[in-house]
Amino acid sequence: MRHILSVLLENEAGALSRVVGLFSARGYNIDSLSVATTEDTTMSRMTIVTHGSDDVIEQITKQLNKLIEVVKVVDLTDGNHIERELMLVKVRAAGKDRDEMKRMADIFRGRILDVTDKSYTIELTGDSHKLDAFIAAIEPGVILETVRTGASGIGRGERILKI
Amino acid sequence: MAEKLTGAEIVVRCIAEENVDFVFGYPGGAVLNIYDEIFKQDKFKHVLVRHEQAAVHAADAYSRSSTKIGVALVTSGPGLTNAVTGIATAYMDSIPMVIISGQVPTHAIGQDAFQECDTVGITRPCVKHNFLVKDVKDLAVTMKKAFYIATTGRPGPVLVDIPKDVTQHTCAFEYPKSITMRSYNPTIKGHSGQIKKAVELLLNAKRPMIYSGGGVVLNDAAPQLTKLVRMLGAPCTNTLMGLGGFPASDPQFVGMLGMHGTYEANMAMQECDVLFAVGARFDDRVIGNPGHFFREGRKIIHIDIDPSSISKRVKVDVPIVGYVKDVLEEMIGMIEQGEKRPDVASLKAWWTTVKDWQSKKCLAFKPAAADGKIKPQAVVQALWNATGGDAIITSDVGQHQMWAAQYYPFDKPRKWINSGGLGTMGVGIPYAMGAQLANPDATVACITGEGSVQMCIQELSTCKQYHIPMKIINLNNRSLGMVRQWQEFFYGNRYAESYMDALPDFVKLAEAYGHVGMKIEKAGDVEAALREAIKLKDRLVFMDFITDETENVFPMIPGGKGLSEMILAEEL
Ligand SMILES: Cc1cc2nc3c(=O)[nH]c(=O)nc-3n(C[C@H](O)[C@H](O)[C@H](O)COP(=O)(O)OP(=O)(O)OC[C@H]3O[C@@H](n4cnc5c(N)ncnc54)[C@H](O)[C@@H]3O)c2cc1C
Ligand SMILES: Cc1ncc(C[n+]2csc(CCOP(=O)(O)OP(=O)(O)O)c2C)c(N)n1
Ligand SMILES: [Mg+2]
Repeated sequence: MRHILSVLLENEAGALSRVVGLFSARGYNIDSLSVATTEDTTMSRMTIVTHGSDDVIEQITKQLNKLIEVVKVVDLTDGNHIERELMLVKVRAAGKDRDEMKRMADIFRGRILDVTDKSYTIELTGDSHKLDAFIAAIEPGVILETVRTGASGIGRGERILKI
Repeated sequence: MAEKLTGAEIVVRCIAEENVDFVFGYPGGAVLNIYDEIFKQDKFKHVLVRHEQAAVHAADAYSRSSTKIGVALVTSGPGLTNAVTGIATAYMDSIPMVIISGQVPTHAIGQDAFQECDTVGITRPCVKHNFLVKDVKDLAVTMKKAFYIATTGRPGPVLVDIPKDVTQHTCAFEYPKSITMRSYNPTIKGHSGQIKKAVELLLNAKRPMIYSGGGVVLNDAAPQLTKLVRMLGAPCTNTLMGLGGFPASDPQFVGMLGMHGTYEANMAMQECDVLFAVGARFDDRVIGNPGHFFREGRKIIHIDIDPSSISKRVKVDVPIVGYVKDVLEEMIGMIEQGEKRPDVASLKAWWTTVKDWQSKKCLAFKPAAADGKIKPQAVVQALWNATGGDAIITSDVGQHQMWAAQYYPFDKPRKWINSGGLGTMGVGIPYAMGAQLANPDATVACITGEGSVQMCIQELSTCKQYHIPMKIINLNNRSLGMVRQWQEFFYGNRYAESYMDALPDFVKLAEAYGHVGMKIEKAGDVEAALREAIKLKDRLVFMDFITDETENVFPMIPGGKGLSEMILAEEL
């Protein structure tokens, strides 16, 4: 099962490598990882998308909590949550593709950030499935380049992760 | 105003503030400022080893054999990489200790400077935590954190990496009295509701079994465990790391369990209806294959300070996270205050079964081989006799380690010092050094093999310098016996590289280092030789016992099998 873990940790040099090292050392999967400081700059917040059986996810959570710099870990997929990821896609936009790409961007509520006579660069946000769906919907041949941030997640309503 | 000190002075002051008596180390460029300050002070002694691995092992044993904490000091680059085996060894057995390493100056970090290595990166997976101190202002607090983290929660080694310029810079020094960290607050008090459930399960059990491990030793909870086991009337087993946590001479003790555990302990683990795990982690050498270990209906209670130890390999019914000592005390209190007592009739029937298993006498062996060769088990038993069972025993890794665990019953904790989790050959002599310095009046014996002992043999020189009168019991079977045993059982007697050729003359070797050497070849001479060696109270005696090289360790559970699938000696 896919899980989204939110991790609050000290904003210290090396903290990120401890998390990543833990996943590789114990053979856990990282599907995506995004991290930046919070409004309190002494603290970072990380969103890790992973998958595994319930036992594995339980161990991942416990092992993350064991890291000295980790303050809190929450499995967002345990409750209602919002997930967003940003993708930038550069596509070929010449000839008949040009109108088609504009239409697809509109359907997916994407924004065209950069235009040349041969290409568009499209910005898309959404949950990871939506971004996957966009990639699946356009012809593979027109994609020149993609870059994704990995998912960020937050609990809905009163679900708050803070110290 | 707090006084201004250099980083090097601060390091030395922090060590002194922590009441450390010994620092085990080896100098080099990056730590010269620290060594200069060590030279000028008299609060603690420095022990100069002959290889950094031994410094860490000795500091580790200092922690294991006392309630104080071991400290090791090494230089950057090769000093640190030599220390890694020692750090990983301590980490696997959850041993509290602090390692201080020198680093190249901050401005040189990342420049491939002379003797630079990424210490924090290299050690990250084998420490509880590590720090790189980039500013002298952070030094005292970081040192305090290191000692605090190492000794609280699930203990473990903590490393502080200090660049050379940080040891030169000055700042005001104040050692924090205590420390709080928002990101580190181990749960130490067990949940009372869970504890109550555990007590009820145990009092209602028909076939209770108690399985205790290193956590009891680390937490000095042997008195509490002993009291509770006696109240419950249940059989009790110890892991290799837990030996001495419950007195081996107590009739309720059924021996060590696991791969080389007793028949009765392993059978009782399988056949009990309530299993009570106390500071033990269901290691693969203990329960074998988790699939085979599973029993329908058996309830498992597990106390551990580390939530990640619980339900890691085996599903647990009543998890209790907390310090075992406090949890056991609470359990004792609950039973004392309640009416309910263990079910005597069921216990009686259970013990009849257990005694039946015991009657197999799975540890029986022929005292001397037909050709008069010395049996290694007999040497260990003779050592027990000669030391009144009260010595501190260190061991290396291999068959001799298992024989030490099986044939030297321990009544007290912190008397048995060995590498369980990493299984590091070479620990024996440095462990005995650390244990002897922590316990100057104790008899310390190192039970080793001719393979392992050569992995840190250079420390005989350290032992000479610091007058460490350990007794080295070399069970010399001219082979990497544990490897040879596996090759005999599972690789069709193809003894690939497990024969130790060109062995040194250990008697001459010991003498060359200034010690006493003895070679014992006849079964009849064993005990007298041991008594003679122990009489040489202030000398290191290296005793080379030429043993029967065909001897194997029994019982044995082959890899991947379950606890009840033991091979016993008589079956071969
Ligand atoms: C050649 C060889 C053969 C071996 N054969 C065997 C064998 O037959 N039988 C055997 O038992 N072992 C054997 N071992 C050792 C084995 O590999 C493990 O090291 C050992 O079994 C682990 O012991 P333990 O479960 O007591 O855990 P330890 O490694 O001692 O861990 C202690 C546990 O207690 C917890 N703890 C620590 N402090 C506290 C506290 N204050 N409160 C609560 N919990 C705490 C920790 O979190 C941890 O989970 C062998 C090793 C070698 C090298
Ligand atoms: C550093 C290290 N290398 C290799 C091993 C694998 N190993 C385990 S036991 C053993 C043999 C030990 O031989 P010896 O010290 O003579 O003890 P014996 O088994 O003969 O009693 C070996 C090679 C190990 N545990 N540690
Ligand atoms: Mg040998």
